[in-house]
Amino acid sequence: MSSESKFGDYGGQFVPEALMPAIEELTDAYERYVIDNEDGFMDEFRRRLAEFGGRPLPLQRADQLSARYDTEVYLKREDLLHGGAHKLNNALGQVLLAKYMGKERIIAETGAGQHGTATAMAAAHLDMPCEIYMGETDIARQRPNVFRMRINDAEVNPVTTGRGTLKEAISETMRDWATTVETTHYVIGSIVGPAPFPAMVRDFQSVISEEAREQIVEKTGGLPDAVLACAGGGSNTMGAFHHFVPDDDVDLYAVEAGGSSLSVDEEEGVAPNSASLSTGDEGVLHGARTKLLQDSDGQIMESHSVSAGLDYAGVGPELAHLVDEGRVTPVNVDDDTALEAFHRLSQDEGIIPALETAHAFGYLERVAGPATDDRAAEPRDEHHDDLGDTVIVNVSGRGDKDLETVIEETQKRDLDIAPDMSIFNEIGGGI
Amino acid sequence: MGLERAFADEPAFVPYLAAGDPDYDASIEYVEALARGGADVIELGLPFSEPIAEGSTIQEAVVRSLDAGMSPDRFFEFVEELDVDVPLVCMTYYNLIYQYGSGQGPEPFVEKAAEVGIEGFVVPDLPAEEAGPLRAACDEYGLDLIFIVAPTTKGDRLASMMDQTSGYVYVQARLGVTGAKDDVDDATEESLARIAEWDVPKAVGFGIKTGDHAERIVSAGADGIIVGSALVDIVAEGHENGDPADEVAERLEGKARELKAGALRGAEQQATAEGS
Ligand SMILES: Cc1ncc(COP(=O)(O)O)c(C=O)c1O
Repeated sequence: MSSESKFGDYGGQFVPEALMPAIEELTDAYERYVIDNEDGFMDEFRRRLAEFGGRPLPLQRADQLSARYDTEVYLKREDLLHGGAHKLNNALGQVLLAKYMGKERIIAETGAGQHGTATAMAAAHLDMPCEIYMGETDIARQRPNVFRMRINDAEVNPVTTGRGTLKEAISETMRDWATTVETTHYVIGSIVGPAPFPAMVRDFQSVISEEAREQIVEKTGGLPDAVLACAGGGSNTMGAFHHFVPDDDVDLYAVEAGGSSLSVDEEEGVAPNSASLSTGDEGVLHGARTKLLQDSDGQIMESHSVSAGLDYAGVGPELAHLVDEGRVTPVNVDDDTALEAFHRLSQDEGIIPALETAHAFGYLERVAGPATDDRAAEPRDEHHDDLGDTVIVNVSGRGDKDLETVIEETQKRDLDIAPDMSIFNEIGGGI
Repeated sequence: MGLERAFADEPAFVPYLAAGDPDYDASIEYVEALARGGADVIELGLPFSEPIAEGSTIQEAVVRSLDAGMSPDRFFEFVEELDVDVPLVCMTYYNLIYQYGSGQGPEPFVEKAAEVGIEGFVVPDLPAEEAGPLRAACDEYGLDLIFIVAPTTKGDRLASMMDQTSGYVYVQARLGVTGAKDDVDDATEESLARIAEWDVPKAVGFGIKTGDHAERIVSAGADGIIVGSALVDIVAEGHENGDPADEVAERLEGKARELKAGALRGAEQQATAEGS
């Protein structure tokens, strides 16, 4: 592990001066406790991750998908982590670190509510008061997680600026931190923000690929041909990639949200997608230089995705760098394809994925699935060869939080694959 | 370089407004009213979509201004059109500076700013660690780069800041984000005491709302006061009530006089205290 603050030209520390002393203090704590395991910090972290979180988590062969794609498909089951998503790996690490640093209060932003939930759980577990900032749009579309945070005794502060999604929630949490920095630790939820957050969050999440790499070698006798993970800020992504980055033969695919379209409306400042790796330009947001959705003046665009956790105009600086280096391939999947993939994984494998996660499976279907009308022009085998014979997909989280959104969005679209929910009409309830 | 000159004879009153709030024409009138009311330097905000250092007052001003069509190019036109005899400082976030022109760095923005008569910058999301390229461009075009000293800035950071800042230093009066407050934070006096020996003028901002606040802060050793949200509140209220722009401008001018007078009283007290 290393505490790099720049990834190529990306990264850095673009934050108000008032926060810089706290960031220096955090950098010092990260180097001592996380990198050097001072006072046995990492031992305690690993122990709690096992006992409280349930690690290690299985790498499971997906029998139906393997048959469908004629490829060995393995699932890294982060959905089985306590809380239902990879987010706890980072949240537990940072809340514990805050304790070692003598901080008294935890704040965090959340998009899908998974990071907020994981932080609320970790804070309750480690007996720290906790406040979560969440955009109002996300509060409405991820209600189950709002309940969970409140039940775990966290305050949830609605953010009403802009579109009321992750970008606004991060800005508002930074404002809280600028006020309370002497006593409070800000648990950033992805590999974004000023250094040392991107490297530190990656280190906490890298347990995913540390386990997966050993497990795949044990199960198949070799390395996979490809690893796929969805990417919002990119924490499950870098977590799943990190230990494979030096393995040049393993292709790494970061699957972003293509939303409803890849085009942008400069006039309105809206990009109906969250594909910052695929379509963004270099700029500075939330403390780091990275790839962003922005207009030609540098104003940040409002992103869009059906999945709250991917709905963000930026992305982690390390991923931006690995994309420029050609080590990570950015791809994207639109809302419709993600919804379809959500139902397919639920029906074929008995795993209800988070909508974020469903994007990774949407990509698998697009490149390796049976030909459809839309895809007739793209010969299947070509893509199939791209992915190779053994593929790991990171199942970043489970989809309980998304059920209402999925049913609603599915009905709007009339998807063939969707289950019939008329049972509610029969009993006179409606949906 | 030369923003120091605005602080030379008496305590400076440094007002802030978001350019283009609530619209271009009214905003021109408002800035000119502040100059009439005794401003010694004016900080003009170029609105950025993610103003992470601002409280709700200025966040809302940013939204009004952007909705009315403000952009970097419009901002430069705005500055050219202003009829004021007061040095102007541009306050904005780094991404707008970085993207302008080439999208490759700060130089085109600084060149254009110098051309329209901007004399310095305050960039709240650019700490000294990341300021090298902007500092170099400012040096090339003879502009000042003003750094913010926070209540948390101590030790080595303070020393490196003294070397880097030019024109004046922005002393952040309290932790947190911008916004008018009903009191003067004790952190102000502590922060001023930490940098008492610095040669560069010390302007205090964050939370100042009244002439009495101005008086207290100047008597505690500040060379100037920076006031934003208390003025933006006047703009916002006028906008919500649909008041004519000239009336709002008059209120701003009155508030400016109150603040400047408070600063002058503070200077007298300081002189008396030093004399005794
Ligand atoms: C299940 C799940 N996967 C992925 C993400 C996206 O975050 P990241 O890109 O940081 O992994 C989220 C965010 O909320 C999530 O809840």
